[in-house]
Amino acid sequence: MGKRMVETVIFVIAALAALAGAVTVVLARNPIYSAVGLLGTLFSVAILYVVQLAHLVAAVQVIVYAGAVMTLFLFVIMLIGVDKEEKRVEPLPRQRLWVGILAGAVILFAAGVALFGEFVWVPAAATAIDQEATNGTIQAVAEPLFTDWVLAFEATALLLTIGAAGAVVLAQFKRKRA
Amino acid sequence: MADFVWLVIALPLAGAVFLHFFGKYVKEPLSGWMASAAIGGAFVLAAIAAVPFIQGGGEPVTISLWEWMPAIGANFELLWDPLAALMALIVTGVGTLIHVFAIGYMHGDERFHRFFTNLNLFAASMLTLVLAGNYAMLFLGWELVGLCSYLLIGFWYTRTTASAAAKKAFIVNRIGDFGFMIGLMLVFTVFGTLSFAGIFERAGQELTSGMATAIGLLFLVGATGKSAQIPLYVWLPDAMEGPTPVSALIHAATMVTAGVYVIARSAPIYEFTPVASTVVASVGALTAIWAASIALAQRDIKKVLAYSTISQLGFMFLAIGARAYVAGVFHLMTHAFFKALLFLGAGSVIHAMSDEQDMHRMGGLMRKMPLTATTMAIGALALAGIPPLAGFWSKDEILAADFARGGWFYVLWIIGLVTALLTAFYIARLWVLVFYGEPRWQEDAHPHESPRVMTLPLIALAFLSVVGGLVNTPFRLGLEHFLEPSFEGVHIQEAPTDWLTLGILAALSILAAVVGVGAGVLAYRRPPERWRRFEESFEPLWGTWELAYGVDDLYGRTLVLPGRRLAEAAAFSVDAKGVDGAVNGVGRLVRGAGDWARPLQTGFVRNYGVLFLAGALVVVVWLVASG
Amino acid sequence: MVPVGWYMALAAALFLIGALGMLLRRNALVMFMCIELMLNAVNLTLISAGRAMNDLNGQVAVFFILVVAAAEVVVGLAIIVAIFRRRATASVDELSELRG
Repeated sequence: MGKRMVETVIFVIAALAALAGAVTVVLARNPIYSAVGLLGTLFSVAILYVVQLAHLVAAVQVIVYAGAVMTLFLFVIMLIGVDKEEKRVEPLPRQRLWVGILAGAVILFAAGVALFGEFVWVPAAATAIDQEATNGTIQAVAEPLFTDWVLAFEATALLLTIGAAGAVVLAQFKRKRA
Repeated sequence: MADFVWLVIALPLAGAVFLHFFGKYVKEPLSGWMASAAIGGAFVLAAIAAVPFIQGGGEPVTISLWEWMPAIGANFELLWDPLAALMALIVTGVGTLIHVFAIGYMHGDERFHRFFTNLNLFAASMLTLVLAGNYAMLFLGWELVGLCSYLLIGFWYTRTTASAAAKKAFIVNRIGDFGFMIGLMLVFTVFGTLSFAGIFERAGQELTSGMATAIGLLFLVGATGKSAQIPLYVWLPDAMEGPTPVSALIHAATMVTAGVYVIARSAPIYEFTPVASTVVASVGALTAIWAASIALAQRDIKKVLAYSTISQLGFMFLAIGARAYVAGVFHLMTHAFFKALLFLGAGSVIHAMSDEQDMHRMGGLMRKMPLTATTMAIGALALAGIPPLAGFWSKDEILAADFARGGWFYVLWIIGLVTALLTAFYIARLWVLVFYGEPRWQEDAHPHESPRVMTLPLIALAFLSVVGGLVNTPFRLGLEHFLEPSFEGVHIQEAPTDWLTLGILAALSILAAVVGVGAGVLAYRRPPERWRRFEESFEPLWGTWELAYGVDDLYGRTLVLPGRRLAEAAAFSVDAKGVDGAVNGVGRLVRGAGDWARPLQTGFVRNYGVLFLAGALVVVVWLVASG
Repeated sequence: MVPVGWYMALAAALFLIGALGMLLRRNALVMFMCIELMLNAVNLTLISAGRAMNDLNGQVAVFFILVVAAAEVVVGLAIIVAIFRRRATASVDELSELRG
């Protein structure tokens, strides 16, 4: 098995797992199952990151998403709605009809473009894919992150702080007004 | 030397401003005395500044205060020359006396201080008009006196007649103002400036006779409005709805002479247009006899005086139209004295009779109020033109000047002579009806002599009416020399100089006066049945006169009614259906669009999601399709 | 090597599934998860395109998106909890005060 073969196999398996997880998220009546489905998708996408040599991002994906974010989701689910299963009946009139039409239009359009279009998904790189240049090690990603994007980096730090503070304020119990 | 002349305007203005804001904290007589002091002070200052002219050595000076619109030669600048000085002295002098009189007359009015605020404001406006150094500032004063006139005619605004009269005065004046404004624009197009100095210096070079005629006639249109000449005189009789001191000050002595003043001031322009001058004189003569005939038959004491004022203003126009500017201004001055006196006397009578104005319900008042009767007799004789009272000299000079001019002016002279006869008759009628004969007043009337604050101004004005004419007699032409600097370079029509002609003319006008007064006295000293029959013997002429030829009715039917119809059409069709319809239509459109778009906002976030995704799809399709 | 188009197709499919879930589910938590799905789909395209273009900035962008997504989840979940505490429901259909 060549390197290429290995990548293809891993892609197929991970892609199927990701799709399965995604479908589970949408179809599961109990939010717990949705959460588990999402977890599967996140892991599968992380695998696809690794395949594409994005090591740091993959690690962050697992740690932040699969770890922290999913934990948070599960907490909230436990807090407010483990036993709340949705009915299959759609209460909004014509919502499903419109969603169906829209989904059909998207698929038709995408298929049309993919099969008949001459649309260039990604402009080809000038040279062949350079394994070294796109090897997303910590050092490699850190360099642009802390040089070209340092301002954005600082901004996100601020954003996270504000988000945390906001969450505390929002979730605070409101006692009787003094 | 005369730099402080601006204070002449500033003093009454300060009085008006002070009384406007603090008047209600000042007790009743005090606010009146303050206003009187303000205008009295202005009189003193004007007199001091006028000393050089009286001595005969003064030169006209222009005093620049500050810039306003320098591009069109319209700055706040005052022209202090003999003509302005004379006008300022008349306005402040007669004004002071009338202010004092009004303290007594307005006693007990709940808006006492407001009355004096307006009087002072009027004085300041009128002084702005006469002291202006350019047409723009003159026009400012012109409009301000119109405003003050409106405020004061409608002073008792709770009476519908008073507020209607105020509106009428304002609107009719606006018609004249339009003509005046167009005239000013023409002046500006020709000279490129509105400054008196700039215009009068170059009038000879720049002005064609056609343009001069146009300007002259347009100024005349403005003057007919402000000075109540045919055809715009109709507001003045109605203006008698105002308090009597107002009628005396504004509608007899000062404001209505503004038209005369403007034409006299513009003499260098009229110099080039004999046509416009002749029209001015003709309008004046026609107005004089027209209004005098109406005054014959009026029953309301103030209406008689109002029509008399119109008639006398016609005399002034007759003079300045004949280029006898000095005579016109002279008559303006003497008229201010004796007409203010007559009005104030009438005010004293009305005050004593508890607001009765119908002369048929008066009579025999001489015994009750001798001082008023005496002073009014002096005023009446002065108006009639009995020598040596003021009116004789000025009126005689006008008639003599017209006679000397010759040609068409012979006709005007004859009209003037007849008018003098009528004038003497109606004023004699007025006096006899009010003061002579048996009392005809109601049981509950208790006539009494007016307080000293009212009689003293009467005495002062009576004195002026006696001696006022002596400033310019054929024996000593004082006023003519006084005014010389103002009419430099202007050809002035003199009265004949040979004593024979002069004597014959004087004899004729004295004859007219004596005959008129004699006829009036003889006709009305009889018992009421007799003079009623005398009046009836003139029917239907007498009734026509009493109704003032039905001009108000005519204007009402030909001008006011169509205007009202038009306004109603505009209000109820164009505005209500068209304009309002458009506005409502826009509102309804927006509302309809809102109602139509409203279901989109279901409040369900998932509906919004569908729309959002559809929009995103459209954008993507568009991006892909456009490459 | 797997062609970049495959990754793109997979990302598109994930995105569409997420979008449909967003429109069809009523549970606010599940809708939130669907949003995360869509975010992941976009991340995948960025990584793949970056690799195909020999550009490391794609990975940097994903890094930022992860951070923002984390912040968004924190605030979003706090909002959901706050709403739940007030209305005792996690269904978005019952929150329709903005109906026109």
